[in-house]
Amino acid sequence: MIWLWGAILFWLAAWAFNAWAATRPFARTRVGRLAIPALFGVTLLVLWEGIVRGLQVPGVILPAPSVIWDTIAASVPTLWTDFVQTILKGGLSGYVIGCGSAVLTAIAIDRSPFLQRGLLPVGNFVAALPIVGIAPILVMWFGFDWQSKAAVVVVMVFFPVLVNTVAGLAATDRMQRDLMATYSASYWQTLMKLRLPAAMPFIFNGLKIATTLALIGAIVAEFFGSPIKGMGFRISTAVGQLALDMVWAEIAVAALAGSAFYGLVALIEKGVTFWHPSQRARS
Amino acid sequence: MRSILPVLVVLAAIVALWYAGSVWLNSQWTYDQAARAEVEVSLAEVLADTMVQERPVLPAPHQVAAGLWEGLFGQKITSKRSLVYHGWVTLSATLVGFAIGTGLGILLAVGIVHNRAMDMSVMPWAIASQTIPILAIAPMVIVVLASVGVTGLLPKAVISAYLSFFPVVVGMVKGLRSPDGMQLDLLRTYNASPMATLWKLRLPASMPFLFASLKVSMAASLVGAIVGELPAGATAGLGARLLSGSYYGQTIQIWAALFAAAILAAGLVVVIGGIEKATLKRMGMGR
Repeated sequence: MIWLWGAILFWLAAWAFNAWAATRPFARTRVGRLAIPALFGVTLLVLWEGIVRGLQVPGVILPAPSVIWDTIAASVPTLWTDFVQTILKGGLSGYVIGCGSAVLTAIAIDRSPFLQRGLLPVGNFVAALPIVGIAPILVMWFGFDWQSKAAVVVVMVFFPVLVNTVAGLAATDRMQRDLMATYSASYWQTLMKLRLPAAMPFIFNGLKIATTLALIGAIVAEFFGSPIKGMGFRISTAVGQLALDMVWAEIAVAALAGSAFYGLVALIEKGVTFWHPSQRARS
Repeated sequence: MRSILPVLVVLAAIVALWYAGSVWLNSQWTYDQAARAEVEVSLAEVLADTMVQERPVLPAPHQVAAGLWEGLFGQKITSKRSLVYHGWVTLSATLVGFAIGTGLGILLAVGIVHNRAMDMSVMPWAIASQTIPILAIAPMVIVVLASVGVTGLLPKAVISAYLSFFPVVVGMVKGLRSPDGMQLDLLRTYNASPMATLWKLRLPASMPFLFASLKVSMAASLVGAIVGELPAGATAGLGARLLSGSYYGQTIQIWAALFAAAILAAGLVVVIGGIEKATLKRMGMGR
């Protein structure tokens, strides 16, 4: 019981501190912006640990964070193989192929308004469909190894990136294009110097959506069959053995990888679209 | 309306490509069969055979359409082979989860807008959680809830609710903050309470944002319900249909289930779009 009350006390204290700190000038500083959410995160972990220990929740229902951490520390090699198999081989290669081909397709159909009017509604429609369902088919076609996962990821990321890129290529206004025309710029020069840079905020919007989709696709596709490694495989087998600490360890890795992936794309975006108002406003 | 022709052309091109693909992928099997029987097959025979195989690598569109028709209308809707039955199982979990997730999401968004401490503590996590492949925990949620005795509809609904939760929170926070300073000041001169501001200004102003995020979260919660049916044990629902099809190599069954899911998703999004249009029109924001 002492654990439970301690955790609740900690929660109240942390909440009181946050409520106080949020109204101070401290909240506007850079440290404050990081510290307040961080404290909230720590509070959640403490509360979780306290509830699990205080109420004696069995490990097959909800393992405590400390147990999960022990599992992570004890099974680094396993987690690393799974990470390489699912994220690096399946997710990343599919992401690169899917996003690359989507951007190229968007540039290709950009020259034909007819194709654009035809493909955009279809693309928008497909982007809202449960594409994950295509995973069993692709697993049948490409086998159990990472190639099929990459194929699922390609299909999943393609349409969001395509739709965003087409929207981005239409983002330049008439004045700007006329200016390029007065410079007697060729189609390719206009594309490279004006329209692609102007499309970048849109493209990166699509790329950021695609990061999460890529990880989801790679992991869920493994539920339909995989070699004896990979995060989706480990999660489904560990659930079968009721080894929930292992499941949570994989989830922690997936969460970390997902945030890092997203952060990386956001960082590249910051470098590429430094001129855009949404980037300038923050600094 | 002038985009109907291009869309039809694109769709026709997709169907044509699909036929070409199914001929290309299925012909291997036909040739193998012919080589085993030691008969020569003409090209016309191969073409005809690739269209009617029992377990094709890529079923031809008409086979999928026939499978879909058979599943939707060829059975009694209570039959285990009826896609209407499976679709309803998935749909009910989706809708329950969607309702829970949206409700909680709106409540949290209201809290975030009114409480600065909540905003600073919770909002970064709500945004960060969107970068996490949450779907990966679906099998665990199912198994854990089953081990505490909760089975059936609710575990899937929990996954759906979780997936539809964050888009609504993020969209609604944006929407509730969308009234500008002038409008807020006006309400202050009226001495309006925070409650009145919420009801009379912030909520109406947030409607376009709400509907945009509802569409996203509806699609997400359908995906959640389908993935929630994948782990062992689920016997009904479109996800279970996909899984059993992939176990037994019933490609037509997989494609039919996939299209049923697509139709369901499209239908749900269209329904929300219709409600959006009607609501915004009544509010004078319609186009």
